[in-house]
Parts: sequence; C-alpha cells; structure tokens
Amino acid sequence: MSRTVWIIIALTAIGLFIFSGVNTIPRLDEQVNASWAEVQNQYQRRMDLIPNLVETVKGYANFEQKTLTDVITARASATKVTLNTDQLSDPEAVKKFEAAQGNVSSALSRLMVVVEKYPDLKANQNFLALQSQLEGTENRITVARRDYIGTVQQYNTTVRTFPGMIWGGIYGAKPKAIFVATEGADKPPAVKF
Amino acid sequence: MRALPFFVVLLLGVIAFAAPQFPALTGRVVDDAHILTPATVQSLDQMLADYERGTSNQIVVVTILSLHGNSIEDYGYQLGRTWQIGQKDKNNGALLIVSPHERKVRIEVGYGLEPALTDAASSEIVNGIILPAFRNGHMEQGIVDGVRAMIDLLGGKSTSAIHDTRQVEQLSGLQLALIVLFIFGFIWFAIRHPMIAMLMLSNSSMRFGSSGSANSGGGFSGGGGSFGGGGASGSW
Repeated sequence: MSRTVWIIIALTAIGLFIFSGVNTIPRLDEQVNASWAEVQNQYQRRMDLIPNLVETVKGYANFEQKTLTDVITARASATKVTLNTDQLSDPEAVKKFEAAQGNVSSALSRLMVVVEKYPDLKANQNFLALQSQLEGTENRITVARRDYIGTVQQYNTTVRTFPGMIWGGIYGAKPKAIFVATEGADKPPAVKF
Repeated sequence: MRALPFFVVLLLGVIAFAAPQFPALTGRVVDDAHILTPATVQSLDQMLADYERGTSNQIVVVTILSLHGNSIEDYGYQLGRTWQIGQKDKNNGALLIVSPHERKVRIEVGYGLEPALTDAASSEIVNGIILPAFRNGHMEQGIVDGVRAMIDLLGGKSTSAIHDTRQVEQLSGLQLALIVLFIFGFIWFAIRHPMIAMLMLSNSSMRFGSSGSANSGGGFSGGGGSFGGGGASGSW
C-alpha cells in the first residue's frame, strides 16, 4: 500500500519536474543569445559612429593625426574580430573580442581628451551631436554588457547545479564565458567634458 | 541532505548585484526633492496623462534627494526598469530625472522611444533648454519646458519596439529517449529512497516556481516597459 502511494506521488512530482525543467536551459540559452545580440548591436552602433566622428574632427586644422589614426586602426581591426553565439562558451574567443573592442574604447577616449584643446571643435554643432550619440552608445554598451553578464550567470548557475546539470548533460550545454572586467568596463562613459 | 549544497548555490545565484534605493512611484510626477509647487505638479501630471491617453507613451518626471553614490546613468535605467515605465509591448517610456543637490539631470529613454528621442535630441533638450534655466535658478521652468520639448519631439505618434525573443526549438528523438530514461531512473531511485527524492523535488520546485510581482502605484503604474541606457545627461 504505502509503496503504491509513494510511486504515485513520485510519478506526479516527476511529471511536474519534467514539464517545468525541460525548457529551462533552451530558454536561458535564448536569453543569453538575445542579450549578446544587444551587446553586439551597441558595439556595431559605435563602429558606425566612428567614420562620421573622424570626418568631423579631421576638418580641423592641425588636429593631432596620431590620435585619429589610432581610432581608425582600432576600428579597422575590431571589425575583423567577430563573435557569434556559438563561440560564447569559448573563453579565448570572448577574450579576443573584448581586447579588440577595448582598444576602440581607449583610442576613442584618448581622442576625446585631445579634443579638449580645440575650442572651435567643441562648439561645432555636428561634433556635439556626435559626441552625445557616442556617450549614449557607451552607456548602452555598459547596460547591454551588464544584462549579458546577468543572463550568463543565470545560465551558468543552472547548467552547473541540480537539476539543470542533468538537462545540461542531455542538451550538451556548456557554461558560457563571462566578460572579464576590463579597465573601465563597468564605469559610465568617460567621454565627457 | 545531499541536496543542501545545491540549495545554497541556488540562493547565491539569486543575489544579483544590488540595485540602488528608489523612491516609490506615486504618480507621473514624483517630486521627492520638493522643488515643484503643487500647482506645477498638478499641471505636469495632467499634461503627461493627456499625452499618454493620446499615444500610450509614458513619461514620468522624478526629482530625487540623492543618487546614493551612483552615476545618474546607472541610476536612470535601473529606475526605469524598476518602475517599468512604458507599455510592455512597446517599451515606450521616458524619464526626466533631476537630482538638485547633486546638480545632475538626465533624460532616460526606453528602448521603444530611442529612434524618436535620440541621444543627440535628448542632449539638445538637456543642454539647450533645461540646463540654461537651471543655471538661472529656474528649476520649475526648466523641468516644465524640458517635458514640453520631449513631448513635442516625440509627437503624437507612438513608436513600436522590435524586441522579441525567438521560440525554443523542439526536442530531438535522442533527447526524448534520454529524458524517458532519466524518468525511469528517477522512479527507481524514488522507490529506493523516497525521502531524498522528495527533497530533490522540493528543491527543484523552489527553482522553477516563478513569481510575478505586481506593480501598484496608486492610480498610475508602469506598463511593463524596459530601458537600455538611451538618453543624455548633464550637470550645472
């Protein structure tokens, strides 16, 4: 008798468990992918702003060429480093992507420091608009990265703990790489006057 | 007791990074810093309510006492998300945040309004309309004119967002077979060790049981919109 009752209870509970757990990892995986797409969007947006910015700044007589060239070079090499969602479990690939975008960030902030020396440029409407777009984009990058880290943490916790690890085994789910906090990555945009 | 370490890990996973302390959403104008007269609060509230009726766009004005050490950019998007300003399917919310003691102001724009109220446009409103008034000590005028400029810029149309998530794929035959195998394995285990099995199951239901938190705001509440850091800030 008591054994039958136990079996019934176990069956019901297992049924619930299956239905609640079966979609968890694919759902979290999709969340990670979606938040990654947002990170990429924002980085792409920054890339798209750079040619305009360079064009505007270049027009100013004797603007320091070195800082401009640095920005152009950093952008050019960053466009070559792409990271699709399959590579998110590969820490090396993530690190490479991070490094490339980090170079763009630092080249841009150096450029913004140099701009300080050019009062005409700072009064240029076109430049001001670009500057605010760039600030906004840097801020969005920060938010998107934070969201990404949040979804990855959730995903990784699920994949590494019971019962998610069982589903993880079935799906062949691997933990994903989290961004290593690079210099200034978690700070608000530093391109202010 | 074997399930205990798992449980601890789960709890730790739940503790995300601490969000700043936010004021309560008491209306469309939350004047925690008390820099607006009741009449202004009233008229702003009316203006924003009318605007939402026509467009479903939600704009909220908030003056705060302190950012509690956060940057206004960090504070802003989290406040927008906490209050869920904007409609859920459109993310069409925007905030005008003023921290008078820290002399900081920010227009925070929800995902859905970003194409209309761009960073450059927000920056123009902040630097061209709000800050000059604030610098002259006209806080109220700066806020009212700023809100009006936001509404003018957004216009009568409501913008729709394009944020959707894809559906999960179907299970393959092999996966199903493994799942069935696992079920039988678990049944066998449950018969042998019923107590441990129950413990594991109660643990997993803690995990998967989702709870929705209702948002009540005394007549006004956020529609479920979200924010991603768009907008512009300034200080005076």
